[in-house]
Amino acid sequence: MRLQLILRRVAFLILVVWAASTITFFIPRMSDRNPIRERFAELARTGGFSASDLEVIVESYNKKFGLDKPLMEQYFDYIGSVAQLDLGVSLNRFPKTVTEIIYESLPWTISLLFVSAILSFVIGNLLGAIAAWPRAPGWLRSIATPFIMFTGVPPVLLAIFLLFFLAFRLKLFPLGQAYSTGIAPDWSFGFVLNVMWHQVLPAISMILGSVGGWVLSMRGMGITIQGEDYVNFAEHKGLGGRVIFRDYYLRNALLPQVTGFALALGSLITSGSVVESLYALPGLGSKLGQAIQANDFMVIYGIVLFITMSVATLMVLVEFLYPLLDPRIKAD
Amino acid sequence: MTTMTTTAPPIVQLSRMKLLAGYLRRNKSLGIGLGIILLLVLFTLHGMVTVDQARAYPLKAKPKQPPGILDFSAEAWPGKLPMGSDFFGRDMHAAMVRGMWQTALIGVIAGAAGTLVGVVLGFTSAYFGGVFDAFIKGICQILTPIPVFMIQIIIASSLDKRDVTIFTMAWIVVMLAWMGPTLVIRSQVLSMKERQFVSVAKLSGVGNGGIIFGEILPNLLPFIAAAFVSQVFAGVFSSFYLAIVGLGPLREPLLGNIIWGAQSQGAFFNGWWWWPIWPAAAMVLILSALALINMGLDELANPRIRRTE
Repeated sequence: MRLQLILRRVAFLILVVWAASTITFFIPRMSDRNPIRERFAELARTGGFSASDLEVIVESYNKKFGLDKPLMEQYFDYIGSVAQLDLGVSLNRFPKTVTEIIYESLPWTISLLFVSAILSFVIGNLLGAIAAWPRAPGWLRSIATPFIMFTGVPPVLLAIFLLFFLAFRLKLFPLGQAYSTGIAPDWSFGFVLNVMWHQVLPAISMILGSVGGWVLSMRGMGITIQGEDYVNFAEHKGLGGRVIFRDYYLRNALLPQVTGFALALGSLITSGSVVESLYALPGLGSKLGQAIQANDFMVIYGIVLFITMSVATLMVLVEFLYPLLDPRIKAD
Repeated sequence: MTTMTTTAPPIVQLSRMKLLAGYLRRNKSLGIGLGIILLLVLFTLHGMVTVDQARAYPLKAKPKQPPGILDFSAEAWPGKLPMGSDFFGRDMHAAMVRGMWQTALIGVIAGAAGTLVGVVLGFTSAYFGGVFDAFIKGICQILTPIPVFMIQIIIASSLDKRDVTIFTMAWIVVMLAWMGPTLVIRSQVLSMKERQFVSVAKLSGVGNGGIIFGEILPNLLPFIAAAFVSQVFAGVFSSFYLAIVGLGPLREPLLGNIIWGAQSQGAFFNGWWWWPIWPAAAMVLILSALALINMGLDELANPRIRRTE
């Protein structure tokens, strides 16, 4: 890999993060909503202080967050603090910073997304490859069909139906939450098992929702590759079906899917954030949902920016990995 | 004198309807998708005629009633709640009818506007090239890694919740959804303007307008149709996600809003299963129908990926 390529990719990444943070800075400022005033007006309504105090409080907070400075100066301050991963302070759970909130909920989101992304990629591509492989037995090839039917259905809807049938009707799984109420979190075997038990339905809904897409694209890829000369050559050489499938067919068909993996991450995170709040798991998505309900703008902007930056970074990382998998594009 | 009358085999002129039916039988995903959409349209039209849509709003029906569609006993029927009612006293049948056409309206507005912008931008940037093309392509590339839903959350949450209507929802979706169709149309125009029929037209003195509207655009129609359907899909999908996290027009019985309401009142914990299930089922039907139509149109536009099995 040439240095120039790496530099160009990193520059692109910085450009994407800059664009995202600029959008999250300017859009809220185009509206006439003032988060701080709204927050304290709410507190004033529920009792506490008089309306004249409200102005003083809002004024002092504006000064504290630098909201009284000219817009461009605020913008450069903001870009500077984003570069240091300082995403501001929660208005609702003051003085907790947004970064702290993200760190405490990140493990939940990463575990759910990691498991479901890897499993759906493996299952979907294997089923898709088999579905397009003419030598596979018919029953094996038809396993993929039901998954294709779920292609258009977002994981959130699958989550609702799984909750209804498996948790509400058959009572096989819990109706949500990260672990059963009444037990204290620790690292004991029983607790970890309990947590995993609560993760099964969310993970299944994420996996079912994304396997179909992989099956479809892999099947299309597989059909194209079967006609290639090197596959014919391997067959005439008398290689066994298993070797052809693994080394000649699957390996080459998988290459473009890796690029697709990076693109799929964005939609997976989007769906994941909604699925999380549906199952009341304490991850980033639930925090985002709670912040939306509570008008905690700093947290909303912070989490959105964090997710955007992570997706962009992961996409660029996958592009770095790609030349390791495909020796042909090492040169350019 | 007897002449030998050669009876030529009669040329059967199939009617257009028969041809269409035959094509839909071959292109199964298009046929099934259109069938589902037709059923949903019939449900909505039937409901618009028979149900009072004012009952789709709170305090219009006895709250928390289970669906009466399977209950044939006489006392269930004067209340007329075939799909039950929710915690707020909305008649679920009326809410579904209203939510269905509102969802469709958002989808169609977002789809039409997004496709129009995409066609115009993609066309001009590919056909004329140069700085403008580089600019459009650059913007699309930078915006692609950013999850659109996240930016939509920012826009929707900086609006005053009382101002949000179904039209605002549609515009929020359009603002960030034109990149897809722009890139599709751009790449198609790029490949098409190098084809021979365009060169022939150019050599025979056809102007830019003639080439765009007479030569390229007619060949693009299947791609534009596919882009439109996937835009409608994206519009329905994103407005549904926004509504389900509570950023929709809260008063309206939009399908995502109904699920959001059910979720925030703990519908499953309280046993009111029908409340989230109806809108979820409708959403599944809408989205899978659109996905099927999209696959079918792909097949129509690219004969090469026609079923190989």
